[in-house]
Amino acid sequence: MREEVKITPELIREHNLTDEEYERILQILGREPTLTELGIFSVMWSEHCSYKSSKVHLKKFPTKGPYVIQGPGENAGVIDIGHGLAAVFKMESHNHPSFIEPYQGAATGVGGILRDVFTMGARPIALLDSLRFGNPSEPRTRFLVDGVVAGIAGYGNCIGIPTVGGEVYFEDCYNGNILVNVFTVGIARKERIFKGVAEGVGNPVIYVGAKTGRDGIHGATMASEEFDEESEEKRPTVQVGDPFMEKLLLEACLELMKRDVIVGIQDMGAAGLTSSSFEMAGRAGNGIELDLDRVPLREEGMTPYEIMLSESQERMLLVAKKGREDEVIEVFKKWDLDAVVVGRVTDDGYVRVRQGGKVVAELPVAPLTTDAPVYDRPWKRPADQDELQKLDLSSVPVPEDLGEVWKRLLGSLEVCDRSWIYRQYDHMIRTNTVVLPGSDSAVLRVKGTPLGLAISVDCNPRYCYLDPRLGAQIAVAESARNVAVAGAKPLAITDCLNFGNPEKPEVMWQFKEAVEGMAHACSVLETPVVSGNVSFYNETMGKGIYPTPTVAMVGVISDYLNAVTQYFKGEGHFIYLAGPDPSGEDLGGSLYLKEIHGMVRGIPPSLDLAFEKKLHKFLVEGAKRFYFSSAHDVSEGGIAVALAECCFTDEGPVCGFRVSLPWKGREDALLFGETQGRVIITVTSEREDDFLKFSEEMGIPVRKIGITGGNELHIEGLASLSLQEGYEIWKRAFREKLGL
Amino acid sequence: MKAAVCVFPGSNCDHDCYHVLKHVMGLDTEFVWHRERDLSRFDIIVVPGGFTYGDYLRTGAMAKLSPIMEGITEEAKKGKPVIGICNGFQILIEGGLLPGALIANRSLKFICSYVYLRTETSNTPFTAGIEKGRVLKIPIAHYQGNYFAHPDLLKELNDNDQVVFRYCSPEGEVTDEANPNGSLENIAGVCNRERNVVGMMPHPERCAERELGSVDGRLLFESVVNYVAG
Repeated sequence: MREEVKITPELIREHNLTDEEYERILQILGREPTLTELGIFSVMWSEHCSYKSSKVHLKKFPTKGPYVIQGPGENAGVIDIGHGLAAVFKMESHNHPSFIEPYQGAATGVGGILRDVFTMGARPIALLDSLRFGNPSEPRTRFLVDGVVAGIAGYGNCIGIPTVGGEVYFEDCYNGNILVNVFTVGIARKERIFKGVAEGVGNPVIYVGAKTGRDGIHGATMASEEFDEESEEKRPTVQVGDPFMEKLLLEACLELMKRDVIVGIQDMGAAGLTSSSFEMAGRAGNGIELDLDRVPLREEGMTPYEIMLSESQERMLLVAKKGREDEVIEVFKKWDLDAVVVGRVTDDGYVRVRQGGKVVAELPVAPLTTDAPVYDRPWKRPADQDELQKLDLSSVPVPEDLGEVWKRLLGSLEVCDRSWIYRQYDHMIRTNTVVLPGSDSAVLRVKGTPLGLAISVDCNPRYCYLDPRLGAQIAVAESARNVAVAGAKPLAITDCLNFGNPEKPEVMWQFKEAVEGMAHACSVLETPVVSGNVSFYNETMGKGIYPTPTVAMVGVISDYLNAVTQYFKGEGHFIYLAGPDPSGEDLGGSLYLKEIHGMVRGIPPSLDLAFEKKLHKFLVEGAKRFYFSSAHDVSEGGIAVALAECCFTDEGPVCGFRVSLPWKGREDALLFGETQGRVIITVTSEREDDFLKFSEEMGIPVRKIGITGGNELHIEGLASLSLQEGYEIWKRAFREKLGL
Repeated sequence: MKAAVCVFPGSNCDHDCYHVLKHVMGLDTEFVWHRERDLSRFDIIVVPGGFTYGDYLRTGAMAKLSPIMEGITEEAKKGKPVIGICNGFQILIEGGLLPGALIANRSLKFICSYVYLRTETSNTPFTAGIEKGRVLKIPIAHYQGNYFAHPDLLKELNDNDQVVFRYCSPEGEVTDEANPNGSLENIAGVCNRERNVVGMMPHPERCAERELGSVDGRLLFESVVNYVAG
């Protein structure tokens, strides 16, 4: 089994393996690896596939709950939503490829996450995306925004899964490393969940979908390194997506899953044929034999190294019941797809790969999967963290014209209308989207049941930079609140943990803090983590991003007709603020400080998790009883911005309002402070008595602050502006600021 | 009464059309795979939206070669109601069942949004129950929905009352501002000379239930059901 390539120290380094790791390979094998084997070790032990730096911390997440069917470790998480159905969901990052080639990077991110969900037997019903870009005045930012949005649209629209929501932030720290995190949820019958297991010795291993080409080789390794001057040259490691092919693959897989033929199935994502075969064998405690001569190839003369490491898209590996191969082939043939038996399940715990009758790789499964290296990397609180958290408000003058400040915040990229993005996404296909993009969370009906799913993705990276632990807690709490304001009970999360280089103790500290913060928030809110992904090495020339642990929350509404949106429903509704009173100085990490004073510092806004839990219950139960005509989470830009957002819809302004804020403290903090756990609620006069009684019963403080109506956004004694003017600033800002 | 939803590789609004025909309208509805040729058992034929063959060559250019096109053409000749929605419209144009062409939106972007349509004629099976001039709120979702026709053809379409819908303001004015994609004369849908084949870019199947924000799309399905029922 010798290949004529000498394993040199240079070759080992090129494969991103350390000397210690290579030493470990020699020990495992008792001999030198072949080039193909070296490649396999390199991808399976890459940060991207092995989670070697994060594993010790990820164990801290709560992952169990009464409705959790499948927690982390499979292709996606699964929860029971009732009516015999399960929601299958996951979020994944495609940061590195999207920076190098935004259209294909983002498009294949969509393709990959969809496969993770439909491989489990679920039909995907929605996509959401969480995006981070650099400074909007950088020329490359515009190119990246345009390309990423077009890539998500190009793939999602063609395959016919609606992109129903998401979030986007712009910060200088993302200039060299954008973030593209894509979430998918699918629906399956709960007794028909498929897993990536190679069970049943002698069962055939079948390759289905697109042919294998030379694209994407070492994509997983690229995602496990920092960027430098030569990153542009890595363009060939980015895969090219074919959404039409994936549509065929999706339909063929779902059709085949209706028959009792499949034993296990997994998508060939990062590290392609290698990771799918090793992981499926690993989960079952079995081995797999592969014959590369049978793998459908796009071009001639591909080496075993290339075939095993290719990341060509739209491929799956499945293990079928012995003797049922023809049924598999027949279904795939209907959809004009390749389905070829490429191997079989063995019992010796090895993956053995042959080409031209010769063994080209023969590796034990466990050392590449469960027993891969794990590092408890050193961590250290950054020296400047204390300095960052200092905020002397006496040196921050309260602006004279607060109306002008209000306008600037409405026209900021974090607040303004994002329809330029979501209009490019088909957000209505499959006719389940009962709350269209623009409100706090997307709401989808589940056909054949009264159920609705509410989904929100959130992470304020400034909070996480200033205090990763609190910032991560807020990300969980806010995503839960966004789901709850729609009337849905928050059930479980998936996450994308985007960080810098884990070999730096300061980055590791951020990671550890964020994971522990999330774990704590998820425990208190009883929303376990059922799937997720870690993206390290988001650094360029040694400069890392803000820690960005993105959270996607899935909640269920027992009757989707009860879903509440953030928009005012007309004139004469009473406006209430539910939650804690403004402290009058909670400005740390706020949008206001960044936009108006050019400062990112202080301690993020206060959060009371026990209160949050009570608040969510209040929101869910109140929605069920039709007490609220609208409900909107108070987040970036504080009460003033939240109130204005209630007035603006995609189709035009609804009406204005008159409120007075009866609290003392700094005026800027009253208007724009971001204290957590607060919701703007409107109530009609007929329901007001019931609403007040209910609030008291639930122990939620509510304060009447005004009434909807008129053509003015009016906050007594503090700021006022015309509805039309506010709307136009909000509506136009995105395109103006990005020059689109 | 039987309805067919034609399924090509890459059709992706097939489930939505099926849902409305079967569960909202209560019709006996079937998916029909593109390799079938005989559609004679159906009373209504729907060619749904999607990205058949990925739209890779030109929208509808590959789908028109599918065997099912023979069946669609055959039944259309018999006068049965046929509707092509979005990519279905593009396919019927490529297949020669409807006049004109559909090119890229003038913004060169995919657009998904509710728009307003003015009903230009009640003289088709799908608009028989909708009075002329009535404004409907129906969403679009396409990249190539910019209707184009030679001036002679345009004149012919107008002379023969073949324009079924035009994009308009909420008040029903046909203005350039209300034109989402650059279509000539704001044309959103047309019919053939015989009037039984209708193509339109907007998606009536996406707004046939109250919880989706508009029920105007249902009017088209009600019209055709009443038409077939006679």
